[in-house]
Amino acid sequence: MTAIAYVRRFSLTERALHWIHASAFLVLLASGLVLYLPSLATAVGRRPLVKEVHVVTALLWAVALVAVVAAGDRRGLRRTLRELDRFDEDDGRWLRGGRTPQGRFNAGQKLNAALTAAFALLFAVSGLLLWLGERDTRFRWDSTLVLHDVLTLLSLGLLCGHLYLAVIHPSTRHALRGMTLGSVREDWAREHHAKWASRDFRDS
Amino acid sequence: MLVEPEPPVPSERPSEVRLGRATFLGVTAVGLSSLVWGRSAWETAARVFPNAFGDALPPPTSGWRIYTVAATMPDLDPKTFRLELAGEIERPLSLSLADLRSLPRARQVSDFECVTGWKVEDVRWEGVRLGDVLEPAGVRPAGRALAFVSAEEPYLDSLTLDQALLQDTMLAWDMDGRPLTRPHGSPLRLVVPQMYGYKSVKWVRRIVVTPEPVLGYWEQRGYDTDAWIGRSNGA
Repeated sequence: MTAIAYVRRFSLTERALHWIHASAFLVLLASGLVLYLPSLATAVGRRPLVKEVHVVTALLWAVALVAVVAAGDRRGLRRTLRELDRFDEDDGRWLRGGRTPQGRFNAGQKLNAALTAAFALLFAVSGLLLWLGERDTRFRWDSTLVLHDVLTLLSLGLLCGHLYLAVIHPSTRHALRGMTLGSVREDWAREHHAKWASRDFRDS
Repeated sequence: MLVEPEPPVPSERPSEVRLGRATFLGVTAVGLSSLVWGRSAWETAARVFPNAFGDALPPPTSGWRIYTVAATMPDLDPKTFRLELAGEIERPLSLSLADLRSLPRARQVSDFECVTGWKVEDVRWEGVRLGDVLEPAGVRPAGRALAFVSAEEPYLDSLTLDQALLQDTMLAWDMDGRPLTRPHGSPLRLVVPQMYGYKSVKWVRRIVVTPEPVLGYWEQRGYDTDAWIGRSNGA
């Protein structure tokens, strides 16, 4: 009987970035919804404290991401960026509903990464403008709130899909092991990320 | 057994498209440019699809948001509530809601606009005009402004006497046909439709007549003292 083989899918740097982003997002979402929804704002109260939590979390999020990139495996990250950026014919067919073999990231994961990164940047810019606008009226533009709120709704949609696939959906949820422990079962990798699996596993 | 896969060999295949970068840049560009057109686009969309959001989620530019500055929201009992009048007046007064209700009734429909970019249209208010409240107290000639002190400490704001006597400035106890709720300043709030919402002090419990407008909570933090809608704070 052979031991189950696992393959490394995510580096420590990648996992650190993911979990910093994920935990900061959840705190920001919870505190943001309290600031946003009248029913929650009334039930919770303590608006100045909630606001403080929201702003400090955003700051810690940015500092932590920069620190991990600075101290982490930057070459690996550059390779990952490249993988996320490029879509081949199989990715195109996958997006149109075909079950074509996928690399380490499938086309949906690539799009999710691009959207998440863009949303994060836009959240940061609009959030900074809201913060500045409270201190200097020159930074107060009446569309900033629209952007920040629309991003919240879009991100919630993205988060729900992501959580479903990562935690609930039976055939994909093994991916969570990759993001927590770093490695996934080899047979699972071959089924879901065939091009990555077949290209990289030397000793199998 | 753990397999460490080799890093992928970067290869430039002509059929690959850089859709990741394009998505990131495209969404970022649309988002940043929306800082210019976002609000008008949203208002147009809200007119085309009036009930898309229902009441549960306030759409970004309409629907009430509840802003507070203190740790807890004041919870005042309308039965024991008193409005104090002090400062440059002949007769300091302490008025119950019943006292206020015995004054000439004021009703109006007006918009409520926040300086942060949201607006609620056609709010129905019921209450009294400030002129009718001040009249029995007798404002001295030195009194040229009013400070409205909230039960939510340290919130306060002020108006000049002229601004307080505008035809649509009022103290309200009913909103949209119902008594004010706690988040909206129960039992009594100021309503100044011609200015941004931070002038419309909630949970008003004390009015002090002063020679000059005192700096309000937000004005101490850089906001304009005269918060005329469309003419101040760069909005």
